[in-house]
Amino acid sequence: MTSVPRLLWAPAALAWLLVAIPVAGLVVRVDWPNFLGLVTTPSALAALRLSLETGLATMVLCLVLGGPLAVVLARSSLPGLPFVRSVVLLPLVLPPVVGGLTLLFLFGRTGPLGSFLDREFGITIPFSTTAVVLAQTFVAMPFLVVSLEGALRTAGERYEAVAATLGASPATTLWRVTVPVVLPGLMSGSVLAFARALGEFGATITFAGSLEGTTRTLPLFIYLESESDLDGAVAMSLVLVVVAILVIVVSRTRDLR
Amino acid sequence: MSRLEVDVAVTRGSFALDVSVTVESGEVVAVLGSNGAGKSTFLGALAGLYRPDRGSVVLDGRVLDDVPVHRRRVGLLSQSALLFPHLTARDNVAFGPRSTGSRRRVARETADRWLEMVDATALADRRPSELSGGQAQRVAIARALACEPELLLLDEPFAALDVDVTPAIRSLLRRVVRAAGVTTLMVTHDVLDAVVLADRLVVLDGGRVVEAGPTADVLRRPRSAFAARIAGLDLVPGRSCGEGLRTAEGTVIGGVHPDPVADDEPAVALFSPASVSVFRDPPKGSPRTLVPVRLAAMEPHGELVRLRAAVPDGGPGWVDGLAADVTPAAVADLAVEPGDELWFAVKAAEVEVYPAGR
Repeated sequence: MTSVPRLLWAPAALAWLLVAIPVAGLVVRVDWPNFLGLVTTPSALAALRLSLETGLATMVLCLVLGGPLAVVLARSSLPGLPFVRSVVLLPLVLPPVVGGLTLLFLFGRTGPLGSFLDREFGITIPFSTTAVVLAQTFVAMPFLVVSLEGALRTAGERYEAVAATLGASPATTLWRVTVPVVLPGLMSGSVLAFARALGEFGATITFAGSLEGTTRTLPLFIYLESESDLDGAVAMSLVLVVVAILVIVVSRTRDLR
Repeated sequence: MSRLEVDVAVTRGSFALDVSVTVESGEVVAVLGSNGAGKSTFLGALAGLYRPDRGSVVLDGRVLDDVPVHRRRVGLLSQSALLFPHLTARDNVAFGPRSTGSRRRVARETADRWLEMVDATALADRRPSELSGGQAQRVAIARALACEPELLLLDEPFAALDVDVTPAIRSLLRRVVRAAGVTTLMVTHDVLDAVVLADRLVVLDGGRVVEAGPTADVLRRPRSAFAARIAGLDLVPGRSCGEGLRTAEGTVIGGVHPDPVADDEPAVALFSPASVSVFRDPPKGSPRTLVPVRLAAMEPHGELVRLRAAVPDGGPGWVDGLAADVTPAAVADLAVEPGDELWFAVKAAEVEVYPAGR
């Protein structure tokens, strides 16, 4: 162990407290006698249920679309790959509200894709549960892609080369070698994407609005409640904190193994 | 049973490889070269991992150039076992048969049979993380052979093993490769690998074949400085003459001609470092060939000390790298250290002159 310069202790402690104290304050602020009642109101339960459902749907969508994208980024030698990668990372730095607006322009009734879907199939996406999942996928996808691409690069192509010399086709190699080898990265990437989806606010409210039971996820519910019933907002915030801690514990135990 | 004909050229930056080798069906050929001689590039081109710039690989009459790796039926065993970490030893060995269409039960039986061949039956249910380096390499040997490749490539298969397990794995590989009768091409820098395993030796230097022939012949009568060095012999190139061999700048090395050699043919003089005597001052009236050298290095060599020569001021270039093995007592009497100028002397009866080229 190298010794840590004394100069760093004070800012390090401040940094930790900056995160820990507000969360602790939340626990203190909770109206404990009425807690159970506050988190089980019909609208609170609807928001929680919608958040979990859309979060899971987002995770699946990220896996189905982002998984192949990560493999392409890590293994192919397409020209312009750095450009493709930067675009994937864009939602990490873009304000989610801007992401929501871009989705609205694309899928809105007058948007290029939205008007086509409306005319040909009678499908309207904005302000639906589908819009919630799309908005969440937009912001959560980079977490899965980055984590999985990292795992693929760390694993390298040695095992895949061996599998090929043993007669395994590229598809067999993918399922029987690549996926099992990067499974930890795949799991932690999925958990991270789920967590990010659960916390999504800006893109959702811009693209999907805030309709109870259809598009009002937990963060939206908490924001609305904080204007009228602060106790309810605080109670539901604590629920989100607990879920977040669970997510961290799950992804951490995988890392430690 | 498959005959392999390779003729490939690969250029990577300033390095150019141009090699042509034939391996008869069931034969084991070792490609020997120092680091950077192009061994791994050559093997990569054979396995299909690199595409050669020119040339072709023909195995059992099939042209492999446009065949993807997984349809080549070319097995590869490299220095690290690279067992799939998520599969048990048995499932690792069964991977090849499963991938090429065997049913699960058949693949497991095949795996068990091969694990038995490499004395690893007891390891069948272990994961790679629970195996030692030598155990993992045994399993990797079984895995490479279980898919019955038509050609087996060995890429320095013992380089990463502990010194104490290498002999056991080396003789195991010899046994199973012979039993399987698989056409095998091995690249290595260790002459012992070649001696134990190979029928024929191909010596690579600077990306080219400098020598090829039956292992015993190449090691007994090397034609190139590199092969002589790995065989532990001193070699001087030149042209044959009545007394023995005349070097390019005119020094005559007295020697015998075991095979008839015409005068003034390209030839090499070979002698053992143990037959070289070392003097501080040139001995008077000696019938031996005397060569002035500068001492480059001294290293222990069994019971003896090996003195390595460098070119003295104004001396001929072929002196570089010549070795003389002398007793520690002789070294003490000479009281030499690297950088000193000395004389190497060798009797004509101990020098054999052969035509260069085979």
